[in-house]
Amino acid sequence: MDWEAVVGLEIHAQLATRSKIFSGAATAYGAEANVQACAIDLGLPGVLPVINVEAIRMAIVFGLAIEAEIPEQSIFARKNYFYPDLPKGYQISQYELPIVSHGRIGITLENGTTRTIGITRAHLEEDAGKSLHEGFGNFTGIDLNRAGTPLIEIVSEPDLRSAREAALYMRKIHTLVRYLEICDGNMQEGSFRCDANVSVRPRGRKEFGTRTETKNLNSFRFVEQAINYEIGRQIDVLESGGTVVQETRLFDPDKNETRPMRTKEEANDYRYFPDPDLLPVKIDRELIEAARKQMPELPDAKRDRFSRDYGLSGYDSDYLTTSRELADYFEQAVRAAGGEAKLCTNWIMGELGAALNRDNMEIAVCPVTAGMLGGLIRRIRDNTISGRIAKEVFEAMWNGEGDADTIIEKKGLRLLTDSGEIESMVDDVLAANPEQVKQYCESPEDRRAKLIGYFVGRVMKQSGGRADPRQVNDMLLRKLERG
Amino acid sequence: MHQKTLAELARALHAGEISSVELTRLFLERCESKNALLNCFITLTPEHALRQAISADGKIRNGTAGPLTGLPLAHKDIFCTRDIRTSCGSKMLDSFISPYDATVVARLNDAGMVTLGKTNMDEFAMGSSNETSFYGSAKNPWDRERVPGGSSGGSAAAVAAGLAPAATGTDTGGSIRQPASLCGITGLKPTYGRVSRYGMVAFASSLDQGGPLARTAEDAAMLLNVMAGFDERDSTSVDAPAEDFTRGLDDSVEGLKIGLPAEFFGERLDGGVGGIILAAVKELEKLGARTREIALPNSRLSIPVYYVVAPAECSSNLARYDGVRYGYRCSDPKDLADLYFRSRGEGFGREVKRRIMTGTYVLSAGYYDAYYLKAQRVRRLIRDEFRSALDKVDVIIGPTAPGPAFRLKELVDDPIRMYLSDIYTVPVNLAGLPAVSIPAGFIGGLPVGMQITGDYFAESRLLNVAHRFQQVTDWHRQVPPEFT
Repeated sequence: MDWEAVVGLEIHAQLATRSKIFSGAATAYGAEANVQACAIDLGLPGVLPVINVEAIRMAIVFGLAIEAEIPEQSIFARKNYFYPDLPKGYQISQYELPIVSHGRIGITLENGTTRTIGITRAHLEEDAGKSLHEGFGNFTGIDLNRAGTPLIEIVSEPDLRSAREAALYMRKIHTLVRYLEICDGNMQEGSFRCDANVSVRPRGRKEFGTRTETKNLNSFRFVEQAINYEIGRQIDVLESGGTVVQETRLFDPDKNETRPMRTKEEANDYRYFPDPDLLPVKIDRELIEAARKQMPELPDAKRDRFSRDYGLSGYDSDYLTTSRELADYFEQAVRAAGGEAKLCTNWIMGELGAALNRDNMEIAVCPVTAGMLGGLIRRIRDNTISGRIAKEVFEAMWNGEGDADTIIEKKGLRLLTDSGEIESMVDDVLAANPEQVKQYCESPEDRRAKLIGYFVGRVMKQSGGRADPRQVNDMLLRKLERG
Repeated sequence: MHQKTLAELARALHAGEISSVELTRLFLERCESKNALLNCFITLTPEHALRQAISADGKIRNGTAGPLTGLPLAHKDIFCTRDIRTSCGSKMLDSFISPYDATVVARLNDAGMVTLGKTNMDEFAMGSSNETSFYGSAKNPWDRERVPGGSSGGSAAAVAAGLAPAATGTDTGGSIRQPASLCGITGLKPTYGRVSRYGMVAFASSLDQGGPLARTAEDAAMLLNVMAGFDERDSTSVDAPAEDFTRGLDDSVEGLKIGLPAEFFGERLDGGVGGIILAAVKELEKLGARTREIALPNSRLSIPVYYVVAPAECSSNLARYDGVRYGYRCSDPKDLADLYFRSRGEGFGREVKRRIMTGTYVLSAGYYDAYYLKAQRVRRLIRDEFRSALDKVDVIIGPTAPGPAFRLKELVDDPIRMYLSDIYTVPVNLAGLPAVSIPAGFIGGLPVGMQITGDYFAESRLLNVAHRFQQVTDWHRQVPPEFT
């Protein structure tokens, strides 16, 4: 049978506020356990939550970026369940009237076609703490530093049809929240993670199959692997005459498989009800307009502009706009180089990308600034150095030896323009290789081209790569033909 | 001295007739000798009190004292107090010491008041007789075989018996007014949002409201001046302008329109209570007030609505007592489920567990609409009904409770009858309105309270009516014979 997968994602993005969503405690990652948890985060008797307005603003910015509806009034609700790292015995979340609903975002598939993915809702909620199962003997340690950290949960429509599409969608949202500067997108630290709802159905059928939910996927690769595994597993179950059980599953990246966590029968009844400690949030139009004015250029608009204004291919524009930092770097480099958008792109995607990868570094902190790269490209363009020498200059810049001009001067890397100097090197090479000269002269016309390469190589070596190979070639030809 | 009002004691302090330390010692000695009879304190804090008193005397001497500086009071054990145990009347919090002061406590401390101790209460404020307290029931000073009311029963008994000149309380369904009525003192439940709930252990968040218990309306006004006010730490606190609630106390009540709801004088009333209230209303008529009958037909639904909404909120509010971070933890838990089941099973008393289960039920999938949502709709009807009644009249007057104090253990096994003792107070919480209970007479040597309910933020008016009544009557001056 021909099966079709139906996938929806619930993405949890941690909002980049300085303090928590309902308390004044700091949200910074990596502090000593429980030092960033105040009385409110600990759920002590008598404490009350107060909403952090910055979290509201960030959620509105996100809503505007996905062309969503933002209600005049949004309500916080309590999601009740017991867990040791959930201090109050309930999570403050949203149920009815979430702050963002009915949005959409476009994704571009590898074959170039685009699809619009619906976003059902995005709501604000507080994160729980962490249970630490190692290092406490028979006990479990609880770290409540993360408790109360603001999250926005972004729930897609079941519009995705493959693991690949799901990963593309997740990347798109990841790029967007970083553009908007509402989330640092750090997946290792758990700032951006998702749950995947997956079902399959015979192609052409309207009704959805029974779905499973795979929890806590914290990389694009895992999302793709877990969904692919789940699709395969469900098809196997159905084709062997079984039925898919509605359940929550966990992905094991080591074994590349999902395993059941709890079934629907064991699922919690969360007993949502409006939180009586928090009044409905009134969102006035001025707040929305203020947020709209502060919106940066969004990835799609930037990509279109790059293709249009810089004459770049769709592929190049996509690559350069995957993050705001990268796009800004590119534009600054082009400015510093005085044009040469394509050459800048090649350098960014080539040498710079490789160096960042090699040293596992973020572009924002890399030693070669956009201005420095632009300066280097300017010297390639005005023939001060060759492309090959430029790579050497780039390495030197990366190692902190200064900007391109400084390195070129200090190391004497300027292309040789004095033809007398080149001529004397050519003469030296010819004089030092009488055998080869003889061989050249005796060879037929069609074999000479290959032999001349040998002499060019020797001269280039002698010049330390600073001679212009074409000029050397011409001069050698003249001298040898004259013979 | 122990029978004086706060206002009188303040004058004595400022006139140098007595120091705060002397006054504090006097009340502490009374507490130490009489508490065994009444069990109205869970914790006495003599050292803390004397330190505060010494500091207060300094302020009185150097002229930086405010109107309440140096005056002793007791806090209901539901208000978090730094360095002093806050038990909330429960085994669950028997050893809990809060690292912070509730806003109400901090404000009264800042005003220079002296904390004598923490008063007994129904466990987590769930009860109308003080009998659900883990520490045993407080007793009614007028008859120690009878309940002081609840949940702020310890506060009411302490003030009535002259163990403290005033006390704080909280009122979710009548927990300030009903014990004030049963103990013959003045108790004010302010408008929801007037007094910060920060640091007040939550029972039902949309109904809980702190307020004063005192001998007179004037004393209640002095306390409210300090207790009330916007608190940025409580999102439901109302940013209303500061008011001096003592300013209008002596205003005339000429032309005051009093509404008498027929439903509040019905068959549920004990013989005699209706007559006492009507006689009290006559006193106000002599001062120029006019009465008219009004109808509050939906108020009869208040008890069922309340016993859906309050348990729903409590089931969630009390989820934090799980034995993980603080409070009671069972010994040797086998696993996580065992830790939860036994810590909560052993740490909470019967009434609290009954309400947690009721609340969990009404919020459950499949029951939410039928119970919780419907109760919220009826709650709005009750509120709207009060609003339209208060468009026609200035205040609504009726009995605070169906009868005087009942006997200990009389209703303890009959939760429904127990719940009905709050039938006149609960609708006011559901509507979020302010109301005051003041002594209006006696039946068989037991005090009977009159409830005066007003419009939102009309506390000044309520206290004015109560004060004028107290100027022409002496019910509030009566002292329990055993505690003269």
